[in-house]
Amino acid sequence: MFLLSLQMADDALLLGHRNSEWTGHGPNLEQDIAISNIALDLIGQARNFYQYAAFQFNENRTAYEGLINSPAFQQVAENLDEDDLAYLRDANEFRNHLLVELNKGDWAFTITRQFFISLYQQHLYSDLQKSSDRQIAAIAEKSLKEVNYHVRWSGEWVIRLGDGTEESHRRMRSAIDQLWQYTGELFIPADYQEKAVQLGILVNPGTYRESWMAKVRAAFDQAGLVIPESGWTQKGGKQGIHTEHLGYLLAELQYLQRSYPGSSW
Amino acid sequence: MEKQGTIQLESVFQDRIDQDIRIEPRDWMPEKYRQTLIRQISQHAHSEIVGMLPEGNWITRAPSLRRKATLIAKVQDEAGHGLYLYSAAETLGISRAEMIDQLHSGKAKYSSIFNYPTLSWADIGAIGWLVDGAAIMNQVPLCRTSYGPYARAMVRICKEESFHQRQGFEILLTLSRGNKAQKAMCQDAINRWWWPSVMMFGPSDDASPHTAQSMAWKIKRFTNDELRQKFVDICADQVKILGMLLPDPDLKWNEARGHFDFGPINWEEFWQVIAGNGPCNKERIAARVKAHEEGAWVREAASAYAEKQQTKQTAAVA
Repeated sequence: MFLLSLQMADDALLLGHRNSEWTGHGPNLEQDIAISNIALDLIGQARNFYQYAAFQFNENRTAYEGLINSPAFQQVAENLDEDDLAYLRDANEFRNHLLVELNKGDWAFTITRQFFISLYQQHLYSDLQKSSDRQIAAIAEKSLKEVNYHVRWSGEWVIRLGDGTEESHRRMRSAIDQLWQYTGELFIPADYQEKAVQLGILVNPGTYRESWMAKVRAAFDQAGLVIPESGWTQKGGKQGIHTEHLGYLLAELQYLQRSYPGSSW
Repeated sequence: MEKQGTIQLESVFQDRIDQDIRIEPRDWMPEKYRQTLIRQISQHAHSEIVGMLPEGNWITRAPSLRRKATLIAKVQDEAGHGLYLYSAAETLGISRAEMIDQLHSGKAKYSSIFNYPTLSWADIGAIGWLVDGAAIMNQVPLCRTSYGPYARAMVRICKEESFHQRQGFEILLTLSRGNKAQKAMCQDAINRWWWPSVMMFGPSDDASPHTAQSMAWKIKRFTNDELRQKFVDICADQVKILGMLLPDPDLKWNEARGHFDFGPINWEEFWQVIAGNGPCNKERIAARVKAHEEGAWVREAASAYAEKQQTKQTAAVA
């Protein structure tokens, strides 16, 4: 379940990273604090999943070694830790959904993306609490409390912006238009997710779609917003094929670890 | 008659101060006391908010997940401090919006230290150790300052600041035990942050126009030079743990004084940075103004929505 843990860690880290770009630049102090808090929750979740992924890797190195080929990663001779996974993999070795790596955009974009992902994570972690993998179940249980708050917070903002002013409504529509094509990927299982389904670790994420859609619709109805006609789905992130945004994000995120290999911080 | 009344009020006020009884928002206070506090508290709040920028500059590049999380939490704490302080200042009859306007227009000042750039990861450590260290030295006495809301805000702030200072020192300690490049990074950051931190205590006592009155009103409890000396004494010892040097050839223990002597401060630089000519003055304000302007539509939407809800509620009650 190395790749599954990595996938969930990558989602949490990259969205946390994007949200942290708001720290010090939020629309007011209260919301600056709120979005930073969500960033912190997500980075905390990422750390838990990376630590678990590193543990699995160290336990069974020969099975997973071939999955990560970046030269920086291959230089790690001893046991892996969370930072090796976050800082030494190349972009095509990240397994996150494309949705989380997109640039932070304006507040409407940030809010809409957060709402889509948090709702997805709410379904995911609710199921994973019952997972046959006890470590994943424990991380999910802890994370779910945080995610419930993220859903409430972002959902309230979706309604506030949708039903706020003409400008906020227009910006919400534009954010939804840009983001909608990336939501389909949440519900298409990657091969390692399918394997986890067979092992009773994960429920097929495709089964979340209906309930996810109903909750989005409920919030959009209150906000006076409309779900776009279903169109093309952008996908590939979970297989390592990303958007142009990820390379820049990682260049920044990984810069110190890559420039000073083998150092402790 | 009226003048006599004011004189009486002033003497009651000064009596309370002298007896260390806190002044609260509804108490009578001299207008100058009110204005001094508004100036000082808002300046302090602005420093917290502008101070988020140089450190925030390294959030996306922090070298480990643990450091990244700690740095976000720290910068977030500063936003919280800004909030408490703006609220404390609001009890004196000024709104947060007015204070923010004063910051953006350049009318209100903030701590000059934040007009220096953060050029390496070690700067995040140096800011924690030196800048937060100097801030704590200034702020601990403020927990006993005469104005109640300010003193109470400072109690909370000081607790978090000392935590930040330890984190900063620990960043430097890790670098000081690292490889050659990390050690050099550590020394370079100390070299750049030392003198600006020493300047954080403000002009020397003979050039500090507000000190005497602020001491009499017990807004301030120690003079700038007293606090500065205390800071130098502590850092001169702590730097030995790091195995680094403070960039001052005149720094020397003076047995007779029981303090470290230190070299002359470059006051020309200090006044230039205050006058707006520091390396980042313009960028810092521009970043604050940008965040504020780009957030305008969000704040407007939130108010418009709240108003609609209010109208609906009123209609339902009617």
